[in-house]
Amino acid sequence: MAKKIGQKTKTPMPCRDAVERSHSFDEVAQGYTAEMAIAEANRCIDCKNRPCIAGCPVEIDIPTFVAQVGAGDFEGAYRTLSSKNLLPAICGRVCPQEDQCEAECTLGVKFDAVGIGRLERFIADWAAEQGLEPVAEVAEPTGHKVAVIGSGPAGLTVAADLARLGHQVTVFEALHKAGGVLIYGIPEFRLPKSIVAREVHALERMGVEIKTNHVIGRTFTVDELFSELGYEAVFIGTGAGLPHFPKIPGLNLIGVYSANEYLTRSNLMKGYRFPESDTPMIRGRRVAVIGGGNTAMDAVRTAKRLGAEDAILIYRRSRVEMPARAEEVEHAEEEGIEFILLAAPTAILGDDRSRVRAIRCERMELGPPDASGRRSPVPIPGSEFDIEVEVVVFAVGQGANPLIRDTTPDLHVNKWGYVKADPQTGATEKRGVFAGGDIVTGGATVISAMGAGRRAARAIDKYLSTQSPDGFA
Amino acid sequence: MHRILSNEVLAPDVHRLWVEAPHVIRKRRPGQFVIVRASEDGERIPLTIADVDPARGAIALVIQGVGKTTMFINELPAGGSLLDVVGPLGRPTRIEPGSRVCCVGGGIGTAVVYPIACGVKSLGGRVVSIVGGRTRDLVILEAEMRHVSEQCIVTTDDGSYGMKGLVTDALVELLDKGEVFDEVVAVGPLPMMRAVCDVTRSRNVPTIVSLNPVMVDGTGMCGGCRVQVGGEQKFVCVDGPEFDGHQVDFDGLAARLRAYREQEAAALVQFRRDHDLECEAMGTV
Repeated sequence: MAKKIGQKTKTPMPCRDAVERSHSFDEVAQGYTAEMAIAEANRCIDCKNRPCIAGCPVEIDIPTFVAQVGAGDFEGAYRTLSSKNLLPAICGRVCPQEDQCEAECTLGVKFDAVGIGRLERFIADWAAEQGLEPVAEVAEPTGHKVAVIGSGPAGLTVAADLARLGHQVTVFEALHKAGGVLIYGIPEFRLPKSIVAREVHALERMGVEIKTNHVIGRTFTVDELFSELGYEAVFIGTGAGLPHFPKIPGLNLIGVYSANEYLTRSNLMKGYRFPESDTPMIRGRRVAVIGGGNTAMDAVRTAKRLGAEDAILIYRRSRVEMPARAEEVEHAEEEGIEFILLAAPTAILGDDRSRVRAIRCERMELGPPDASGRRSPVPIPGSEFDIEVEVVVFAVGQGANPLIRDTTPDLHVNKWGYVKADPQTGATEKRGVFAGGDIVTGGATVISAMGAGRRAARAIDKYLSTQSPDGFA
Repeated sequence: MHRILSNEVLAPDVHRLWVEAPHVIRKRRPGQFVIVRASEDGERIPLTIADVDPARGAIALVIQGVGKTTMFINELPAGGSLLDVVGPLGRPTRIEPGSRVCCVGGGIGTAVVYPIACGVKSLGGRVVSIVGGRTRDLVILEAEMRHVSEQCIVTTDDGSYGMKGLVTDALVELLDKGEVFDEVVAVGPLPMMRAVCDVTRSRNVPTIVSLNPVMVDGTGMCGGCRVQVGGEQKFVCVDGPEFDGHQVDFDGLAARLRAYREQEAAALVQFRRDHDLECEAMGTV
């Protein structure tokens, strides 16, 4: 029976003060208190068609979980949550809930949707404080061995799901720390690295082996994972991983970065603590970040925290077309990020020491919608203008990394170099090889990669139980 | 953790470390490199695999101490360890079986050219090598190079050893004498590689150079190692590290190598200060 509607707006998320936080890498959103969580959960009207579940790529039983929070049964809520999602503290922070579960919320038709993501985060953090383990019951060992390439959101999900089913899983990670984009890409102020480490550790306790410093395609090829190391199935979840730069002059000037490099230097290598850490970064007084997605927001907010007086975001469309989450855009604005919309760079200008001195842009106007359904930007002739900056960061998407493709001749890729895989199962055209996440779709979100990982895990399990491992001798 | 089996001085500030890395030697071929991180909070630096010893599962790294990280590594004793060694990375050298190759190494670059020379010889090719240094002390791996070469010419800028002059002087002499090479492979400081390319360009001798730009991940993800080659943007870690020297934009590369000069200098001053304090403290115990 549906409950009556109470509070019409979402319980606000307590955030650290915008001025204070714009100089610090500490997490911005502070999380609900127990009282706030109960109040927010009780906004759920317990509607009978429960559309939120269909909005969740990993199919969490959201109404049950929310009702448990509302009743103050946090432990029960954690059980419900962790039975479907082994990375709830991460998803609660970085999922675009407004486009997923919360977009489907019945209450959201007229009022604010229930803050499902905030509740997920609250419960995950509460459970960690209590030292609760996820309800990860591991089945009896099956004797099957699976290799997972990449320890980002797709790979971690596949590993968790297969380990639960009793398969022996090894995750190969190219970098020195596990977590993929959760570690090198998403900044500390949005996703504390201790939380990623905690969730990775939970996998290891389930028996998943994580091998860092292993670059598949170089250290071992995909074929060698089968033939030499005896894995019966392989999941490719490497992420896209080859940054795009626009074809404009000045790209090799000192102070020009891809967002991948800028964020990796700061997040993974702790460049924000240089010289305490050994990886330097160029800290411009004025920094321009090009792009309108979450990565661009992460980069420009990082620039502010690295001491830029002016951290400027340049985007070729208008605010409504920005692919970044609304919350991230709002946070950036509150922190004093300057937005230059409907403008695109045409050149980067350098000084006599090959250092960036300015970025030249031209104004754009919106034309008819393009293939993505968004109105396409059209340059306005004669509208060029220069902005003085010392650092330019490009967050304009990525291409497909060639390392696995080039060393696995029978792996089929599309014209952009992304791996061809069945969207329902992740199966590629190469026997025993599955793929998911950005290396299949191109740059997308953490949760969509996790959803692909979940579907692939199911398919891999089925594959293992119906195929004889001897087939790979 | 990767145990350091030995650490010997080859020249002032230049050390050769043998380091255990069995997972790297399995597939390693000449021309490839590793990324090394010495310690927590350490940076990731690319280093060519100068040699391999399958019996010990070890690789040789030749390191010139120029900044905090390289100086720190060079001070690590045998029995110590490096935190991370990733590889083998980069594309292996393309070696035509039976080819005649002139291998030119300048300073520390000799450690990069040496495994390539070994590769040429092992595929039935013939190597003429030119090994240069500013002065006698800075000529490294001469014995090793001689061992794989039918002729090995040593040059020093000051004439303190071997032929007085630059490696390019020796190369010009060879070419003027009518020596014919299928290829020249040149590795050393950028001005040296550029000079070699200038010599070979007019004489139409194909020339390969191995580039060592700033890198972070070494897998193509960050794009920090980008360089213009023949007007196209290449990532040294996945497309290189070896390129047609006649096509490389050395100016652009040189500028990018200077990117962190000020920060590196500051870090080094701090490192030396801490180091001196430590030595002082140990001396007073």
